[in-house]
Amino acid sequence: MDLLINLAIILGKSLLLLVALLVMIAYLLYADRKIWAAVQLRRGPNVVGPWGLLQSFADLLKFVLKEPVIPAGANKGLFLLAPLITCTLALSAWAVIPVSAGWAIADINVGILYIFAISSLGVYGIIIGGWASNSKYPFLGALRSAAQMVSYEVSIGFVIITVLLCVGSLNLTAIVAAQETRGLAHLIGLPWLTFLNWFWLPLFPMFVVFFISAMAETNRPPFDLPEAESELVAGYMVEYASTPYLLFMLGEYVAIVTMCALTTILFLGGWTAPIALPPFTWVPGVVWFVLKLCLVFFMFAMVKAFVPRYRYDQLMRLGWKVFLPLSLACVVVVAAVLQIMGWAP
Amino acid sequence: MSAVAAFFYLFSAVAVASAFMVVVSRNPVYSVLFLILAFVNAAGLFLLMGAEFLAMILVVVYVGAVAVLFLFVVMMLDVDFAELRQGFINYLPVGAMVGIALLVELILVVGTWTLSPELIRAPAAGAATAPTISNTEAIGQVLYTRYIYFFQAAGLILLVAMIGAIVLTLRERTGVKRQDISAQVARTKATAMEVRKVASGAGLEG
Repeated sequence: MDLLINLAIILGKSLLLLVALLVMIAYLLYADRKIWAAVQLRRGPNVVGPWGLLQSFADLLKFVLKEPVIPAGANKGLFLLAPLITCTLALSAWAVIPVSAGWAIADINVGILYIFAISSLGVYGIIIGGWASNSKYPFLGALRSAAQMVSYEVSIGFVIITVLLCVGSLNLTAIVAAQETRGLAHLIGLPWLTFLNWFWLPLFPMFVVFFISAMAETNRPPFDLPEAESELVAGYMVEYASTPYLLFMLGEYVAIVTMCALTTILFLGGWTAPIALPPFTWVPGVVWFVLKLCLVFFMFAMVKAFVPRYRYDQLMRLGWKVFLPLSLACVVVVAAVLQIMGWAP
Repeated sequence: MSAVAAFFYLFSAVAVASAFMVVVSRNPVYSVLFLILAFVNAAGLFLLMGAEFLAMILVVVYVGAVAVLFLFVVMMLDVDFAELRQGFINYLPVGAMVGIALLVELILVVGTWTLSPELIRAPAAGAATAPTISNTEAIGQVLYTRYIYFFQAAGLILLVAMIGAIVLTLRERTGVKRQDISAQVARTKATAMEVRKVASGAGLEG
């Protein structure tokens, strides 16, 4: 009986989180298009609802009501499985993300590894989709994305290791707590300047590497080579229409928001207030978390708006010849500094 | 039956079934996909044993990286199924021998386990792990402190193997145009352009 009650509670929490997440994504998608439009001096979506606020919901209806087209030569089972994999995996990463102190569905010991594992599985949706379409453009897109995502995972892994060296735990809540209680602000004797404690300042190069790698890992422009509409039409999504396409796109955006959340947790102090003084500490943690997440997403959107797409060989060079040595060196340097100064947790 | 036991039977049944499908699938792409399913279920079994770190590393390394490369290669193969079936009789003796060797080893392991469980447990007891520390810490202590030299030796062997593989497959190709980013960035107006006065009707270089 206890088991059933627990199960019901977990189910309720998950549903609440999913609904909140999906509504947030509907508006982040709208924000993405509005920011992109503003940079290009356009208006962006402005017809459905006041200021176009209901655009994402109209798009949802449009996708769901359209006819799904499955190419005759496609491998039907895998063709439909691929978008499901992408979407489910992207959503399941949110099971461990703490949006406020203790507000995580599963506060597991190896939270960061879980997210890393889930994001490394994300590539399967794309590969399977590209292969099952039985067509040249999707296949090329799938091959590109496999190489791209595997390459950038390596540097993301090393960046996560540098953060873990400073924290001493794989638990996401512990990572945020470490940025609250120790750090630069305590060293200079102003412990209420919490934002100096956060890892973005001491690990700034890693913050930049993580931000760029996160864009490459989630196939965001300027690294959207798997889609690359100017050369591959729409890459692995060419043959997809209606709901399967919607699932692909939803999965992609959820992955992007997950990466924003991860940046917030690893480098921007999660749900902690930037200054630990009354007017700031009155605001609930979840509000700070969402604000920081939106800030990171805004940066993602700006990069999409004004950076041209990378060429494929440049992308590979950046991943393997620049980020990998840089992040590896950083792991060594950070470990040495922590050991010599006696700051290791 | 407790929830743990139910999950154990679920994960192991799916793992065994998908391992079987890896072998019998006609299409190698399906084989790799079933292999991935088997890996994921093995990770689930690790989780049930409380080895969450191993479970996650199994997913990251095997499913997230190794199997992606398998899939990558297998998808690009041009498979001729008729040709595949032709070699079956020729390879049967070798395959059977490997299979029998594996079976004997498995029987030995399971046999010792059931006959004298204390023999299997003994080495594990040497690396005793206090229940107070997390299993990430326990693995760290065993791997990086207790057996650090073996770990380093294993790393060195892998490095040598990697260099060996690169040396064996490296072809020096001549006439390949490579992008030199630093040279491109260092280019200035002075090095890239030359302004000449051209006499009317004469052209450059006569």
